[in-house]
Amino acid sequence: MTIKEIEQEIISEFEMFDDWLDKYNYIIELGKSVQEIAPQYKEQQYLIKGCQSQVWLHAKLDEGKVVFTADSDALITKGIVHLLIRVLTNQTPDYIINTELDFIEKIGLKEHLSPTRSNGLVNMIKQMKLYALAFKTKMQNQ
Amino acid sequence: MINVEHIRNDFPILKTHISKYPLVYFDNAATTQKPISVINRISDYYSNENSNIHRGAHYLSQKATEAYENARKTLQKFLNAENSHEIIFTRGTTESINLVASSFAKKFLNQDDEVLISAMEHHSNIVPWQLVCEEKSAHLKVIPMDENGELIMDKLDSLLTEKTKIFAITHVSNSLGTINPIKEIIKKAHAKNIPVLIDGAQAVSHLKVDVQELDCDFYCMSAHKIYGPMGVGVLYGKEKWLEKMPPYQGGGEMIKDVTFEKTTFNELPFKFEAGTPNVAGVLGLEAAIQFVQKTGIENIANVEDELLHYAYGKLQKFEKIRFIGNAKNRASLISFVFEDIHPYDAGTILDKLGIAVRTGHHCAQPVMDFFGIPGTIRASFSVYNTKEEIDIFIKALEKVREMFG
Repeated sequence: MTIKEIEQEIISEFEMFDDWLDKYNYIIELGKSVQEIAPQYKEQQYLIKGCQSQVWLHAKLDEGKVVFTADSDALITKGIVHLLIRVLTNQTPDYIINTELDFIEKIGLKEHLSPTRSNGLVNMIKQMKLYALAFKTKMQNQ
Repeated sequence: MINVEHIRNDFPILKTHISKYPLVYFDNAATTQKPISVINRISDYYSNENSNIHRGAHYLSQKATEAYENARKTLQKFLNAENSHEIIFTRGTTESINLVASSFAKKFLNQDDEVLISAMEHHSNIVPWQLVCEEKSAHLKVIPMDENGELIMDKLDSLLTEKTKIFAITHVSNSLGTINPIKEIIKKAHAKNIPVLIDGAQAVSHLKVDVQELDCDFYCMSAHKIYGPMGVGVLYGKEKWLEKMPPYQGGGEMIKDVTFEKTTFNELPFKFEAGTPNVAGVLGLEAAIQFVQKTGIENIANVEDELLHYAYGKLQKFEKIRFIGNAKNRASLISFVFEDIHPYDAGTILDKLGIAVRTGHHCAQPVMDFFGIPGTIRASFSVYNTKEEIDIFIKALEKVREMFG
C-alpha cells in the first residue's frame, strides 16, 4: 500500500469515533498493543528526547525499504508512534522523503505535534525522514 | 474574608470553555491570569499615554515618565525597599538573575571561587551561574535536599566557605512548593559576608516579602506570576551592590555621556535599564500589585492554603499516587505522579476535560532526577480558584485512572 492509501485507511478508522474519549481510548489501546522496540535499541543513541515524553526510534534498510521500530514512555505518544510507523515503514527512502504526512491533522491529533507539547513526536518525524535520506545516500553510493 | 465569586468576575479568561467543559485553570505557578484592571491599564497606556520616557520634554513623554517612575515607587513599597533606585525593571525573573550573574561575576568572581545554589532550583537559577562559573573557572556548589523536598540545612555551614562569592536560592520551589527558610539562610550567609540572591518568582503572589526585614542582597520576581503582564519583572538590589556592579547591557538611557573614546554611565536605576523599557508592562505590573494590595496578600494566602489542604485531602484517596515534595512549609501547589501512569498521558486527558495543569519536568530536571521520575503533574492554585473546581479536577483524575490504571 502507498503512504497515502494507509493514511486514508487510518482516517476512515478514526471517522468511526464521534467523541474524543473513544478516540483516545483507541490510541491508548494502540499504545498498549504496539510491538516494542528491541531492548538493545532502547538506548541513548536511539532516544528522541521531548520535554514531556520520550521516543526511541530504530531504522534499518531491508531490500530497498526502510523498516522502523519505535517505542515511547507515554501511552498516548506510543499510540501515535504506532500510527506513524504504520504509515512510513516498509516504504522506499525516496517515497518517505518526498511525502508530506497529513493524516495526524485529519484525525484531529494535530495538537500532539505542537511545539508546546514537546513529546518527541515532531522530532521523530524529522528523524524518520533523516534516516530515509541517509539510506538513500547509502544506496546511491553502493 | 474575600468574595471569590466577585474576584472571579474580575478575570475575563475564567469564563472560557474548552470545547464543552468550563476551564479549570490550575497552572498558576506557570503564570497567573490577569484581572481586568491590569488589562485595562495596558490598553489605557497605549490609548492615552504612549510616548517614550525620560526623553522628550513634551506633554506625553512627561506623563509616561511620571507614570513609569510612580510604578517604581509602588514596587519599592510592595517589596519595602529602602530606596526606589534599588528597583530595576527587567524582562522577568530570568533576566534579573542573568543581570546579577553576569554583572556581579564580572566584578567579584574569580578563578576557583564558588557560587552556591540549591538542589531545587529552576533552570533559570542554575544555568546563568553555570555560564559565569565556566567563564571565570569558578565552581558551582549545590546544597542538597532530602526526600521531603526540604533543604538539608546541616550542610549549609560547610558549603558557605571563604571561597563562596554569592549564594543564589529560590524562596519557593516551583516544582515542589517548598518554602525555604530564607531569613535563616541569609543570616548564616551574612555571618560569613556572603551576599544572597533570592529567586522570588513563585513567592511574591503568596507571601509578604519585605526585603529589608529579610536583609537579602538581591530579590528577583516576574510580573506575570503575580497577575501582571508577561515580559516584565523586577530586580531589587541593595544600593551598595548595584553601585559597585558594572552595567549589564549598553544602550540608550543607561549613559550619562558618550564619546567614541569613553562613556560614563547614568546613575541607579538607569545604569541597568538600557534601551526603551516595557512601559506598558511596568504599568500593568503596578496595576497587578494594586490588585494584590486591595485583595490583601494574607487573604490571598488564606484562600490558597485552604484550597491546597482541600485538594491534598481528596488526592490522598487515590491509589498509586506519590506526592513529590512533602515539605512542612509550602506554597499552594501540589506535585504528584501516579506510579502506573505517565504524566503526559494524564495531562493530555485532563486537558481534554478542560483542566489546565502543568505536566513535565517544570524546568527543574535535576529535581526530577533526584526523585527518579520523568516529570510530575502539578496543580497550582490561585486566589480565584474554588473547591468546586478541585472536585472537577478529582473527577477528571478518576477518569484518568479508569483509562490508564
